[in-house]
Amino acid sequence: MKDQFVIPAKLRTASFVLMGIGVLTLLIGLVALHGEHGSTRFWAGILQNSTFFLLVTLASTFFIAATTLAHGGWQIAFRRVPEAISMAVPVLGAIVFIVLMIIVFGGKEHIYHWVNAEHVKHDRVLSWKSAFLSKGFYTTATIITIGLWAFFTVKLRNMSLQEDTWDLSPESGRRILWRNTVWCGGFAVIFALSVGSTTPWLWLMSIDAHWFSTMYSWYTFASTWVSGLSLIALFVIYLKGKGYLSFVNEEHLHDLGKFMFAFSIFWTYLWFSQYMLIWYANMPEETEYFKPRVWGEWRPVFFLNLIINFILPLLLLMKRDTKRNYTAVTYIAILIIFGHWLDFFQMVMPGTVQELHFPWYELGLGLGFVGVIIFVVINQLAKAPLVPKNHPYLKESIVHHT
Amino acid sequence: MAAKNFVVGVFDDEAVLFPAVKKVRAAGYKIHDVYTPFPVHGLDHAMGLRETSLHTAGFIYGITGTTTALSFMSWVFTSDWPMNIGGKPHFPLPAFIPITFELTVLFSAVGMVLTFCYLCQIAPFVKKHIFHPRQTDDKFVMAIEVTAKSSAEDVKNFLASVGAQEINEQRAETGWWLGRFDREDRLFSEQPAPLNA
Repeated sequence: MKDQFVIPAKLRTASFVLMGIGVLTLLIGLVALHGEHGSTRFWAGILQNSTFFLLVTLASTFFIAATTLAHGGWQIAFRRVPEAISMAVPVLGAIVFIVLMIIVFGGKEHIYHWVNAEHVKHDRVLSWKSAFLSKGFYTTATIITIGLWAFFTVKLRNMSLQEDTWDLSPESGRRILWRNTVWCGGFAVIFALSVGSTTPWLWLMSIDAHWFSTMYSWYTFASTWVSGLSLIALFVIYLKGKGYLSFVNEEHLHDLGKFMFAFSIFWTYLWFSQYMLIWYANMPEETEYFKPRVWGEWRPVFFLNLIINFILPLLLLMKRDTKRNYTAVTYIAILIIFGHWLDFFQMVMPGTVQELHFPWYELGLGLGFVGVIIFVVINQLAKAPLVPKNHPYLKESIVHHT
Repeated sequence: MAAKNFVVGVFDDEAVLFPAVKKVRAAGYKIHDVYTPFPVHGLDHAMGLRETSLHTAGFIYGITGTTTALSFMSWVFTSDWPMNIGGKPHFPLPAFIPITFELTVLFSAVGMVLTFCYLCQIAPFVKKHIFHPRQTDDKFVMAIEVTAKSSAEDVKNFLASVGAQEINEQRAETGWWLGRFDREDRLFSEQPAPLNA
């Protein structure tokens, strides 16, 4: 049984090439995107990509927490995969923190216009919101959330690695379950209070500072969660194709496919709930968000987003045979990740850049972040055996029958 | 409905039943059905049952519901009885979506339940032959059809060799018929042998 991942030279090179493309795009952007408008696009692209990929990798930590709290056994055979992906959270968290601080304290207001104190004084709506939308609160909340995410992620990973060295006994099994449940419970609360409510409001919704939507955070969560599940599926399929993860079979893939299918529909539910209430009430302060997206030049992107993220996963993943087919799930997972990247694109850009450009710059940066994630994940996978051999639910995962 | 001859084997244990099912199939006898007190994982594969097409039926019912809701509402609000509701257009697609969703779910749910009942031949006020009264309690019951190619004696001997605890011959209807279990059936304790054996 191949239990120890050895990094293939090709994949390592690929990750360096992708990171190189990202850095190159950034440098080209620095030169090509000049002036007030260019600078806005430069920072908006970085904001979109860094927050998207941070939340996508954070979805892996949430996957571990949610399945542990539900006493799920089926995922143990590939639990090291979400663990490895989640270890990108501290890295991407640091990047996001630096980016956000430059945007907020950089002296310009092209991303968040609430950073201008003089402007806020004369704006009744923004002065009411100033306790929440202020540099102090923004910075404090960002430090606390990214810090806690990184702390819990590393803690869960280290506990899992430590458990490999224990002796196999009923007592150690009980201890593993107990302490994982406690720490995952703690993380679930943190996650609900950050990704489930304030973080997307601060980082993304405050671009349109006058506008608000109570669905926004859940919408962002659904978007990154389904992409995170697709990312887990991609790495599981990759490892399986290389002959690792011998305990994982079509049954596990089927369940991951069901997750991708179900949460694509969940995302659509939130997409529609946010849209329909605003469409029905038809109040100017709310409809201003959808005006450029539905009736402006962003219309094709807005509906392409719905087709890629709802109609295609719904029709493609509906059949049992597709969910059990490694090739099919690979393509659909890539499609879903691209679709939600596009979703973040249309969330950030209409409020900042305003005009629709072909996203060469944003796509290049996205490839760079994919390179960072691949680099971190393969290094983490190579650090430990791929099967957590002492986990009491391992047998349940091996005999799993969906 | 045609009555057929069956040889019925009763097993005590799932672990005996599984290899027995495989051996009976390998020997070429025709299994009518296997009754278990709880769902047994993988028994459908062992019996060689094909994958159910209930999902496909559900999909067809679902799109029927979608089409019904969308076409009916569109017809009503654009040509039959146009109304001005909150200044919205006469074809307000977003307002139709929740109802379309509900009808999709309703059609597929009700349709699938009725199809399931039909496929399993269960419904109020119909009866089906019960091979052993304890098949829903703690016994695993395998009914083998006696065909022109097999004799009842052979099947009985074979069942005994694969571990059946109790074996008997029954002549029974294969389908369902109108009737009521609560009015027409005797209590378990009053039933005659061999059922009560």
